[in-house]
Amino acid sequence: MNNFKKNFLKKRYNAERRFQWYGKIAIGLALTFLAVFMFQIFSKGYSAFQKTWIVTEVHYDKELLLIDAESPSKDDLENADYYDVAYKAMTSLDPGLPEEEDRQLIQMVSYKYETEVKDLLLKNPDFLGKIVPIKLTASDDIDQVHKGNYPRDIPEKNRRVNDYQLQIYDMLNERGDILSEFNISFFTNPDSREAELAGIASSFMGTVFSILVCLAFSFPVAVLAAIYLEEFAPKNKFTDFIEVNINNLAAVPSIVFGLLGLGILLAVFNLPRSTPLVGGITLSLMTLPTIIIAARASLKAVPPSIREAALAMGASNMQTTMHHTVPLSMPGTLSGTIIGLAQALGETAPLILIGMVAFVNTIPGTPVDPAASLPVQIYIWSESAERGFVEKVSACIMVLLAFLILMNLAAQIVRHKFEKKWS
Amino acid sequence: MNLILVTFIILLAFTSYYFGRKKALVIQSSQRLTALPKFYGYYLAAWCAVPALIIFVLWSVFEPSIVKTFILQDYTDQNLTKNELQLIYTKVKALAAGTYTGNITNFLDESANKYIQLKGIANSAKVAIILAILIFSLSFAYRSVQKNDRMREPVEIFLKWVLFVASLGAVLVTIGIIFSLLFEAIRFFQAVKIFDFIFGTHWYPAKTFVRDGQPDPELMKDAFGAVPLFAGTFFIAFIAMCVAIPIGLLSGIYLSEYAGRGVRKYAKPIIEILAGIPTVVYGFFAALTVGPFVKEIGNAMGLEVSSESALAAGAVMGVMIIPFISSLSDDVITAVPQNLRDGSYAMGATKSETVKKVIFPAALPGIVGSILLAVSRAVGETMIVVMASGLAANLTMNPLESTSTITAQIVVILIGDQQFGDPKTQSAFALGISLFIVTLFLNVIALSVVKKYREKYE
Repeated sequence: MNNFKKNFLKKRYNAERRFQWYGKIAIGLALTFLAVFMFQIFSKGYSAFQKTWIVTEVHYDKELLLIDAESPSKDDLENADYYDVAYKAMTSLDPGLPEEEDRQLIQMVSYKYETEVKDLLLKNPDFLGKIVPIKLTASDDIDQVHKGNYPRDIPEKNRRVNDYQLQIYDMLNERGDILSEFNISFFTNPDSREAELAGIASSFMGTVFSILVCLAFSFPVAVLAAIYLEEFAPKNKFTDFIEVNINNLAAVPSIVFGLLGLGILLAVFNLPRSTPLVGGITLSLMTLPTIIIAARASLKAVPPSIREAALAMGASNMQTTMHHTVPLSMPGTLSGTIIGLAQALGETAPLILIGMVAFVNTIPGTPVDPAASLPVQIYIWSESAERGFVEKVSACIMVLLAFLILMNLAAQIVRHKFEKKWS
Repeated sequence: MNLILVTFIILLAFTSYYFGRKKALVIQSSQRLTALPKFYGYYLAAWCAVPALIIFVLWSVFEPSIVKTFILQDYTDQNLTKNELQLIYTKVKALAAGTYTGNITNFLDESANKYIQLKGIANSAKVAIILAILIFSLSFAYRSVQKNDRMREPVEIFLKWVLFVASLGAVLVTIGIIFSLLFEAIRFFQAVKIFDFIFGTHWYPAKTFVRDGQPDPELMKDAFGAVPLFAGTFFIAFIAMCVAIPIGLLSGIYLSEYAGRGVRKYAKPIIEILAGIPTVVYGFFAALTVGPFVKEIGNAMGLEVSSESALAAGAVMGVMIIPFISSLSDDVITAVPQNLRDGSYAMGATKSETVKKVIFPAALPGIVGSILLAVSRAVGETMIVVMASGLAANLTMNPLESTSTITAQIVVILIGDQQFGDPKTQSAFALGISLFIVTLFLNVIALSVVKKYREKYE
């Protein structure tokens, strides 16, 4: 073999190896993106599941509460004036502080601290007249300081927490009066303008309602349509048109469905704005083609021998379809439906257009109450400048991803457990 | 009232099902049945519920507008505009419902009384008509049950019609999209010349707010030029494709040609996770991590970088699209017949030469189709752009500046309360229809290319 040939072969083999490496690098890059992404979300978000409390003492002084009755009823406690009591509870942390500087201490807890003071007494009426320890929700800034997310070494005027507050915080921390507990209120509170009080309950319920409405509208129509197209439709121009239509509909950008919801559901049918009902219907129009395509595929997968056997036993076409083909295709259809719903679950743009971005600080009880949804909540919070919302967004993303993973797992289980393998 | 009526109809349908079945069992004792007993039940139930419900729906749809014309008849001699009439009608309705808080004139009061009266008449008429229809259709159906007519065929034909109507659902959605977009867009193009929209180079809809409620035509001419948005849309899509095509295509090729079973089994679904992550999450990632990162690198190299750059949005969008291209091209490459590969190996070609010179050309139409689908996806993507790439429509080709897209502008215009009839709101629908046309065009081409290619090797 001469030298030229040898070199040529070597070159070709090198090219081969290089090409393989390109492929490996491409896959590696894709996986790295995913890993970086997950790491970012988790490292930013896990701390949102911890809530910081400041422990102090409160004196339920009857005089300050303005309660006259000897043995006050529930109503008396309900209507009492808690301002001074709550105020004293905070200012007692540093009695030497001049009065005009008090705001600095009050700012260390959430603005709802008065309600918290009230709720403790309503729960334990025998605390009246006593001095008891109380846990108050720390303000968003103190919360971030405690979690170590807030740089302490920048100049004071650039900080939202001043030196005095940091000093009090350090003192409390040393005494063990700063508590960190699992953040239940993140799951039970509705949205709030204050990061320390904001929770996902309203958007979570909004998502659940939208998905249920979406399922109720899209599933029956899609399955019936798939049955018609796969089992009964004659082969003609019109059927072809419907088919092309469905395929194209599946690729229409989601925001166009938002415009449809706005232009028809809200403007023509006058359905209530910002509600999961409208959101769910809009999403159902979007999932319709997805479910139709999945249902048709799984109807197609039922072997013809099943149909032939049923027909041979004297069943009509309708009976064959309804008693044999459709039940056998159900696992595939259902898993397709779940995947379609999971896609709808992550949609944001159409919901923004129909007004589900409104600030909602109540938990919706029905599909016609105004609500947000989890993805929209992510959008709303990520537009907020406050530092505390960054971890909330990440935590909300974690909840949303968990929801999606559960749905995809459910789809897998339905498919593998119940689907018949035809061989 | 309506709820009671509907529940009544449905309950009656259920009872007639059981009644029909029972009747069939009675008939069975004297003569041969023409179908299973349950079909007698279905037959009766269908005849009971369907005509009554259809009439009910039609009535509910048309009643309000008929009542409205009756009420507004009294106002025809006052030469009012359409909006004023609408306002009066709203007032009348509020007064009738007892929620009106303004001045009550005699005329208004009269109209409200008339409204209540008309509503009452309409309601009783509705109940009467529906009851009549129920009696008529049930007696008709019961007659055929008694005569022991064929029962299965009509029920099955009815079911088939139900299925057919359901399959029209998808067509209805398309018609709904086109109708809603066109309706508003046409009104927009009455106010703004279509030429100014397609070829204008300034997009600044906020301008039209000025001049005491009435948009100024001079300003409007220059406010709705969509060229920066079209350019921005395709520019960001282009950046996305620069990321997605090489990575997606190479990983697709690697997975289908080189990877062992184990790698394929795990790597493929993991990459597809990227497609399942909601876009708002990508948007957050782009705005919070990638944007500042790009800015830092740019600043370190002495470049001026906006913190909301097209590059950040495009790159993240590209990552989102990787799995589309990789799994579609994987499918297409796997579908290339084995004998093409065998032929190439027999000639002494290495694997990569086979891929580059034989398989890739053979799979090219399918790959092009999948890329077109991915482009249409990138063009229609909304949240990443809204969150990561600014909202000001700059006409720029610098990836480090911020640009805006069609989808992002639709969101910007329609977020919050919208006023229909305002050219700003209508412009969103005009943008929507251009987006719809572009994506439809891309999809139709892509689907036909993919379809043609598939037929070639089957």
